[in-house]
Parts: sequence; C-alpha cells; structure tokens
Amino acid sequence: MIPAKFDYKRASSVSEAISLLGEHGSEAKVVSGGHSLVPAMKLRMSRPEVLIDIKRIPGLDTITEEGDEIVIGANCTHSQVMRSEVVQNHLNIVYQAVSKIGDVQIRNRGTIGGSLAHADPSSDYPAVVLACDATIEVEGKEGKRSIPATEFFLGLFWTALAEEEIITAIRFPKVANGTYQKFFQSASRFAVVGVAAVQDGDGVKVGITGVAGTPYRATAVEDAYSGSADAAEHAVDGLEDLMSDHFADETYRAHLAKVMVKKALDAL
Amino acid sequence: MQISMTINGKTYAHDVEPRISLAQYLRETLNLTGTHIGCDTSGCGSCTVHVDGAAAKACTLLAVQVDGSEVTTIEGMANGNEMHPIQAAFKENHGLQCGFCTPGMVMTAADILKNNPNASEEEIRHGLEGNFCRCTGYHNIVKSIQHAAEKMNA
Ligand SMILES: Cc1cc2nc3c(=O)[nH]c(=O)nc-3n(C[C@H](O)[C@H](O)[C@H](O)COP(=O)(O)OP(=O)(O)OC[C@H]3O[C@@H](n4cnc5c(N)ncnc54)[C@H](O)[C@@H]3O)c2cc1C
Ligand code: FES
Ligand code: FES
Repeated sequence: MIPAKFDYKRASSVSEAISLLGEHGSEAKVVSGGHSLVPAMKLRMSRPEVLIDIKRIPGLDTITEEGDEIVIGANCTHSQVMRSEVVQNHLNIVYQAVSKIGDVQIRNRGTIGGSLAHADPSSDYPAVVLACDATIEVEGKEGKRSIPATEFFLGLFWTALAEEEIITAIRFPKVANGTYQKFFQSASRFAVVGVAAVQDGDGVKVGITGVAGTPYRATAVEDAYSGSADAAEHAVDGLEDLMSDHFADETYRAHLAKVMVKKALDAL
Repeated sequence: MQISMTINGKTYAHDVEPRISLAQYLRETLNLTGTHIGCDTSGCGSCTVHVDGAAAKACTLLAVQVDGSEVTTIEGMANGNEMHPIQAAFKENHGLQCGFCTPGMVMTAADILKNNPNASEEEIRHGLEGNFCRCTGYHNIVKSIQHAAEKMNA
C-alpha cells in the first residue's frame, strides 16, 4: 500500500511550519509521529498534497515542571512521556494512560500532540486531558492561544484547532490522585471505553473516551458523586452521539461505560 | 528527495519518493529483505526495525521521516557468523516455525531487553503486543526471550 503522491517539507521552527501551512492551505497537513496519518494516507483516506514534518522542530519535545504544572511538548512520544519521572511522580494518571497505548513500537513513534489533534474517538489521551483540566497550547498565524481541554474536542476527528494552527504543548496541573481505566478493543488495543478520574477536593472530575463520537466530561457523574453511591450509573446521561460498532453496540457500550466509571471511582 | 541513513553501521544515500516507506526502502532499494512486510498497516510487527535505538514499525514510517537516522535491521544483529544471543535463543528454544514473524520478534525482543534487562514473563508478553505470530502460539517465543535475557545478563 502506497500513499498518493505528495510533496514533503520539513519545518525547522514553529513559525516556518505555520507559514508553510498558510502557503499551502487545506492541501497541506502536518505530520509528527505519522502513526495515525501515514496509515490513513496508505489507505488513501487522507491525501494531502503537501506534508509538513514538524517532528524535528527544536523545543517541542521537552517535559518541564513549572511550579504546580507539568508542560509536555507536542512532539513528545508516548514512550518518552511514559519514562519521564516527572510524569510518573506528579501526573501518574498520564503514565497509566500512555503505558496502555498501542504497543512498544507505536509508543516509540506516536506523539501527544498528534494524538490530540487527530481526536480519534477511541484514543486514550482525550479522556485524560479532560479529567485533568489540561490546556492545549497552540500557535498559528494570529499568534498563540491556550484552549481548555473542555473546549477542544468538537466531534469525531474534529477539534477547535484552526487550519493554520499547530499544537505546541499540553499544560497539565499536577494530579495527586487520578486513575485511568481502559477496556481494550482486543485486536487493535484502542479503547472500547476509557475512563479517566481525578480526585478534586471532595469531588471528582471524570473524562470518558470511546463511548461517544466526542470525548466528554461526565458532569452527571461528577454532580452525583458526593451524594450518591451509584454515581457511575449516570455515565451516559444526556449523551446524543453514543457510538455503536461490531465490537460494542450502543446498549453494551453504555453499560460498559457505567462499569468502567465505577471501576475508576473505586480506584481513587 | 535526497536522503541518507546509517543502516547496520553502513551509510547509504539515495534519492527516494517521499511516499516510500522505510520498509520498502530497505527491501526494494537496499535488498535488505530480512525486514518482512506482513499487514503493511502497523498491526503485525513483522517489519520491526530499530530507529535510533528504538523499535519501530518500518511499514508506517516514511523513509524521508527517518532521514539521517541510525537504523538497525535483523541483518545487523549478528556479529559476523556469530548469532546475536536473541537469535541463538530463538534457534535453541524453537522460537520459530515458518519464520515469517521472527525478524520482527527478535527486533522487538531486543528493545524490550534493552529497556528492561530483567523483564518478567508478563512484561515480555506485554512487550510483544505489537507482534503477531501465526504459528508458534507465542509460548516458545517468550521462552526464547527469557533464555536470551539470562545469557545476556550473565
Ligand atoms: C497499531 C496502532 C495502535 C494504536 N493504538 C492506540 C491506542 O491504543 N490508543 C491511542 O490513543 N492511540 C493509539 N494509536 C494512535 C497513536 O497513538 C498515534 O500515534 C497518535 O494518535 C497520533 O500521533 P502521531 O504523532 O503519530 O500523529 P500523526 O499521525 O503525525 O498526525 C495525526 C494527525 O494530527 C495532526 N498533527 C500531528 N501533530 C500535530 C500538532 N502538533 N499540531 C497540530 N496537528 C498535528 C496531523 O496533521 C494529523 O492530522 C495507535 C496507532 C497504531 C498505528
Ligand atoms: S507490516 Fe508493518 S506492522 Fe505489519
Ligand atoms: S513462526 Fe510463523 S508466523 Fe511466527
């Protein structure tokens, strides 16, 4: 399988990547690890005419502790995040999630920025950034902006990123008590359901992936948490885009979501 | 596009189409056919090589993406006529039947043991999640890697 023809450009700075995006418009796509985009191009589901490689831009692959926050560069691979002591110590929920992504080889190439920009409804990071109240830092023609995770995911493979914007980093508040629970799709290892839960004072913040076309914060669970022992029962309340496929139909998936939320709440 | 790579210690330079995968480049341009292509869609792991010391699926990397890298393929594992301890262990422990998955298994095993020289059976099994074998049932592959680890740590 060979992708359709394209031109390959390598950006050496964020501003160069943005100006290349501006120059080539909707014909262009950036590539980082390529582990979502290249398979899609080989299947010709994606046919960019220009590929802009951002993986070598200096400064986008660092993990830094800034006071109460941890900033993970967009080009950090899953393996790099998994092996980071700062992440293991202050953001263990992220460690738990990345160590469950794909397999060794995939984790060695796939990146956090690529995963979030791709917004695959079965990917793991979205649940975690939602539960952590992380911020997605982006840069584009109009300058820099920070998008709260809760405003980032707009739908299936659809985010708040503008066409000429790239993600530069993800800013997480440190998390003392958090958990990521994943029910694996047995062949692909993507999530059928993934639930991230973070203790927040007496309350809880819950992010869910795999269940709906858009990853979401389970606010009904959060509202019921302190008062009710069966908060997990509210996992899919009010949901309009419940997914259904041959691995898990709607009824099964809705049930599994409740089971996985209960597991996550019990693990806190 | 002009690219250059060090593969198994030797430097190569070629003009390649950007859409050519590293696996195709290795097999078709360099005749390094030890890197197998099974699924060609990042599922089976038979195309696993090391790029700058880390296991990667060569079918899902464009050759241009890894321009300038150091690549090791199965052909680069042995030392002359002396098999790498992981290769020797696969031979001794019947870690292969048809052999199609074997280059990928060996390359992934090397990554697992590099990062975790004392990997437990469970860690080895998890480490092989991205490599499929249609023949062996995995049992002897895991055993081979355990034996290799013992030899390499001795
Ligand atoms: C076999 C296999 C199994 C997998 N299993 C899992 C799994 O279990 N869980 C999981 O979550 N994921 C899984 N993945 C996906 C993997 O984590 C991807 O690598 C990741 O989702 C995308 O990261 P990337 O760097 O490879 O992105 P790329 O493929 O390079 O890019 C993906 C998309 O994001 C855009 N993009 C990339 N970087 C940026 C940026 N900085 N700013 C703006 N846009 C950008 C690209 O234009 C493209 O549209 C799997 C992938 C494979 C091949
Ligand atoms: S051929 Fe690359 S993973 Fe199957
Ligand atoms: S030995 Fe035949 S596929 Fe593994």
